[in-house]
Formats: sequence, structure tokens, C-alpha cells
Amino acid sequence: MPSVLVENYFRTEKLPQIWCPGCGHGIITRSIASAIEKSGIDKNKICIVSGIGCSSRAPGYLDFNTLHTTHGRALAFATGIKMAKPEIKVIVIMGDGDATAIGGNHLIHACRRNIGITAIVYNNSIYGMTGGQYSPTTPKYDKGTTAPYGNIDKAFDICKLAASAGATYVGRATAYHASLVTSLVQNAISNEGFSLIEAISMCPTYYGRKNKKGSAVSMMEWQKNSAINISAAAKMSPEALEGKFLIGELKNSPEPEYTNEYQKIIDRLKKESQ
Amino acid sequence: MKMEDIKAGEIQNEKVVINPAWCKGCGICVAFCPVKALELKNDKVVMVDVDKCTQCGMCELRCPDYAIYLRRKKNEKQG
Ligand code: SF4
Ligand code: SF4
Ligand code: SF4
Repeated sequence: MPSVLVENYFRTEKLPQIWCPGCGHGIITRSIASAIEKSGIDKNKICIVSGIGCSSRAPGYLDFNTLHTTHGRALAFATGIKMAKPEIKVIVIMGDGDATAIGGNHLIHACRRNIGITAIVYNNSIYGMTGGQYSPTTPKYDKGTTAPYGNIDKAFDICKLAASAGATYVGRATAYHASLVTSLVQNAISNEGFSLIEAISMCPTYYGRKNKKGSAVSMMEWQKNSAINISAAAKMSPEALEGKFLIGELKNSPEPEYTNEYQKIIDRLKKESQ
Repeated sequence: MKMEDIKAGEIQNEKVVINPAWCKGCGICVAFCPVKALELKNDKVVMVDVDKCTQCGMCELRCPDYAIYLRRKKNEKQG
């Protein structure tokens, strides 16, 4: 019998997952389940939506109302669900390619509207499922199947992108910092508006191998050594922060939520027509 | 670990449960166990020093395949 968390929130008959040994996605998925457990929300009041990619397999293993949609369109489907049933907690799981390349437009507009959706981006810096093509988050000069001599594009900072597009709760953690993923997701779920959590994952099979990053363990060591909590970073010099990235709560500024605003119009027009 | 043990399903001691059928041998739990109580043998995790284990739960937290976890407490149903 698996752990209580796994038994309660996973489709255990579908385990173990299809993901490669040491893939970070399983760790993040467990952290999300743990956040839902801690938030105490009724399972049936949650809908988890994904697009296409390795990360988008996650809802197949999670025992909630789940929807596996098309590449890049998870947020569009999720917007429909939220508009039709605003009382449902809608959680969207996307990969970096899914969320910021083909789905980039949906992402910025979901942020701009501040619609009550929790988006979790599993960022492994590559397209895993299709064989290691570089994505909008592949670091500059790193390699992918489609960038055999090194990628010359500048990588997106997903959190900055979401925060400046209007997301009202934004945070970042890593697979190594799995309990931080849980606490950020828990806060994100309780934010009424649009929240985005970037969970740095690892793809030892493609990104790791193409960029000589070693095993899953060494990729997690890198996460451990390169991530600095935003509270600690405030006391550090720019030199000390060189080559590091921030984790923790990066934005928390609630604003009116989209479906609530929409309901206000309906209520007003109903009153006026009486 | 003998093959018979793997086929028999979960392996328990008084502190953790291991499900070799789900373990993919990634070594994450082994590397990040603070007291080095775990090892990989034939690509599966094994508890080598149960006395050292503090039940900190780090292995459970970071196992991508939910193949190692703390034993359920008395009031929870035990597998
Ligand atoms: S290809 Fe990469 S991201 Fe996909 S399952 Fe394998 S390790 Fe994970
Ligand atoms: S519970 Fe902690 S001490 Fe025990 S095996 Fe797991 S990581 Fe090691
Ligand atoms: S972390 Fe999980 S899958 Fe990896 S070796 Fe340990 S028990 Fe096996």
C-alpha cells in the first residue's frame, strides 16, 4: 500500500509514471498533491488541466477532475472551466515550451485578466517529450537537438513575464526545494486571482545529457546550490548573486478577480432590466 | 536484496516502506538522505542502516516515483 498522500490523491493503478528515472516531474506532482491536501479543499471541487508535453502527463496520475488538452491551450480550456464554474479551483500544469512558446499568448492574457487559475509551470529548460528541442527557457548557449552548436536566444524569466503581465501571485521553487513548491502552491490556490508558480524541474534524459549536467542527483545539487531564497538575497551583494536565481514568493498583490468582475456585470444588468 | 524480495512487493522496516516495483533506481533518495541510511543495490534502493534513520521524510519528499515513504502511523491503515 502506498503512502496516505499517494493513496488519497493519485490514480495508483497508473503508477509508476511513464517519466524517466530521476525526472523531476514526479517530485513536483507530489508537492502539488501535498498542497491540495494541506489546503483541505474537497477533491471534487478541483479541476486539473494540462496541455501536451512530459509535464502534461501529470493530471493522468492525479485523482481529481482532470482534463488533458492540446499543446499550449491548457489555459484556454481552463478559462472556459473557470467562467462556467467559478466555484471550482482550477489548477493548470504546463511545461516551459507549452506555457511560454505555443501557449505564450494564452499565458500573458490569463495573467492580464487575473482570472482565478493557479498555473504551475514545470520548467526543465527543454522539450522532453519530442526529443530535446530547445525551448524559450533554455539558457543562452546551452544545447538542444535543434541547437547543436548552442542556443543564441535569450531565455525567458517566466516569473518576471507573469508578474509584469498581471499575475497577482508569483513564486518559484525547484524539485530539490519540494516543500517550498508545496507552500507556494498552497498560497497560490488561496489567491483569488491568477497565480503562477514556476517549479524548476530536471530532465536528465535530454537537457541533462545534451548539456553534460550529469545525473538527476547532480542536477538537483545544482538546484540546491544555485537557488537563493528571496529573503536571503536581499542581504547579498550583486557579486554573490552572480549565476544564482531567486526562489520563494516573488509577488503577492491581490487585485479583483476576473469571474467576480464578470458576475458584477451580470448582476448589474439584471437589476437594471427589472 | 534477493529477487524473491522484489517480487514479494513492498519491503518494510520499522521506519520506512520501500516499493521496489516503483523504484527506478535514480539515487535521489540515497544522495539526499542526511544520515546516509540508504544505498542502491541492483538499481533498487535498500535500507542499509535502519538505526541511523531519523524518519526525517526527505526520501519520501524527493522520490519522483513514490517508492519510498515513512511507515504509516498507528492510527493510519497499515499496508
Ligand atoms: S524526457 Fe525529460 S522531462 Fe520527459 S520524462 Fe524523461 S526526463 Fe522527464
Ligand atoms: S527518512 Fe530521512 S533518515 Fe530515514 S531513510 Fe529517509 S531520508 Fe534517510
Ligand atoms: S528516489 Fe525513489 S525511485 Fe529514486 S532510487 Fe530512491 S526510491 Fe528509487
